Amino acid sequence: MSGTGWKDIPIGGMILEAGNAVEYLTGGWRAFRPVRGEADCTHCFQCWLFCPDSSILVDTENEKMIGFDLDHCKGCGICASVCPVNSRVIRKAGEELAKDDARLCIRIVEEGKFQE
Amino acid sequence: MSTFEALAGNEAVATAMRQINPDLVAAYPITPQTSTVQKFADFVSDGLVDTEFVCVESEHSAMSACVGASAAGARVMTATAANGLALMWEIVYIAASNRCPIVMSLVNRALSGPINIHCDHSDVMGMRDAGWIILFSESGQEAYDNLIQAVRIAEHPDVLLPVAVCQDGFITSHGMERVEVYDDPDVKAFVGQFKPQWSLLDLENPKTYGPLDFYDYYYEHKRQQVDAMEHAQGVIMEVAKEFNAKFGRDYGLFESYRVEDADVAVVAANSTAGTAKVVVDQLRGDGLKVGLLKPRLFRPFPAKELADALGHLKAVAVMDRSISFGAMENAGPLFLELAAALALHGVQMPMADYVYGLGGRDILPGEIESVYRDMLHAAETGQVEQMVTYLSVRE
Ligand code: SF4
Ligand code: SF4
Repeated sequence: MSGTGWKDIPIGGMILEAGNAVEYLTGGWRAFRPVRGEADCTHCFQCWLFCPDSSILVDTENEKMIGFDLDHCKGCGICASVCPVNSRVIRKAGEELAKDDARLCIRIVEEGKFQE
Repeated sequence: MSTFEALAGNEAVATAMRQINPDLVAAYPITPQTSTVQKFADFVSDGLVDTEFVCVESEHSAMSACVGASAAGARVMTATAANGLALMWEIVYIAASNRCPIVMSLVNRALSGPINIHCDHSDVMGMRDAGWIILFSESGQEAYDNLIQAVRIAEHPDVLLPVAVCQDGFITSHGMERVEVYDDPDVKAFVGQFKPQWSLLDLENPKTYGPLDFYDYYYEHKRQQVDAMEHAQGVIMEVAKEFNAKFGRDYGLFESYRVEDADVAVVAANSTAGTAKVVVDQLRGDGLKVGLLKPRLFRPFPAKELADALGHLKAVAVMDRSISFGAMENAGPLFLELAAALALHGVQMPMADYVYGLGGRDILPGEIESVYRDMLHAAETGQVEQMVTYLSVRE
């Protein structure tokens, strides 16, 4: 087996360096992915605030939400459910929209069905 | 100068806790442990300790608070018994896996059901694979001494495992005895200050305890726990030696009482060992070569040393205060482990198990004598009549 042996790793599963979650690419766990839809983003940062994996990319200088960090995004869909623009689109449509509806601001698309 | 006090076993334990002055105690009352924590609560409110005393709503929370505080770098203690320990279950394993040097006073009591608050060892036997170091105590004195040593054992950098110190519910926990209480400064000097290597409160060096650990490294972390157990035995002996030099009480992995020149011996833990010593002396008076082996260290199990200590005998009986239901011959866990230990170390002799005292059923000298008589007979014939006997059960 390759990798560090039991004598050379911290005991008890402790992680001794802070901030190394970035090295763990959890994007591979994803079954769904967040995708930008047609509705305009208002850059309210609700998605950034709620994303449990710090995977909303922002341009801090211009205060813009600019996309998703797909190396770490697990596709939980929380960003889409908290996005206020999504709520507005759904209310306007007057019907229950599928979560991958193109009219949304953040759509959640099944990985298998995703096309660039 | 130490003093001699009339203390119940639980009070002796509480006294040790006062002297150790841990950073945190989290516990929930459960018979027969309650008077330990009750007494300790007095010490807290009288300002004799500066311990953070957390009254939790359950044992699961008690052990959780202990794990959290230990990870934060605190010296942590708790006390429980039977169903309380059972309710801690999930976190008992986590404490060991996270390498939290928590010290627990475990007052052995029968696990329900049917509901029973009296002594047997079913509670501690359930935690034998959890990764804790387990010490037995014959008396309140031993529970006191073991608790003081347990702090040093648990926190040793080569060990870093939680330790449970057992004594028998009611029999010693509530039995008043003469206990030598060492001077506070001496105990404090002996246990020293806990210097955690990894503390969650060390904000300069942030770290994570208890993260997700799948097939990639969980196994390696379990291997480390084995390593810690392997180191524990040596550390326990070192600490015992230092304890003896300072306080004049000699502890080892087990106590051999007149075993060296014996033909047959009984192996019995906790308070029953005290009764058995009386029986040994009586039978020795009749010229019978009998001895008693009293295990002190149950985890890690000192298999080789036990085989060495018992190897010359012609027969040995184990007295088990619990049953491993459905295990080989429905025997008790101590017997099963000792039988395996002797076999693997090439020792062969007639062996028998005597389950006794479940749910606090009295064990009388006459019954222990009958065990010795059976073994003397087995030594003559070279075989035991019955491998497992449920001593004094109503037929
Ligand atoms: S995607 Fe939605 S939640 Fe995120 S910043 Fe834009 S409008 Fe706000
Ligand atoms: S799907 Fe979940 S993980 Fe991915 S960006 Fe949205 S909130 Fe974050």
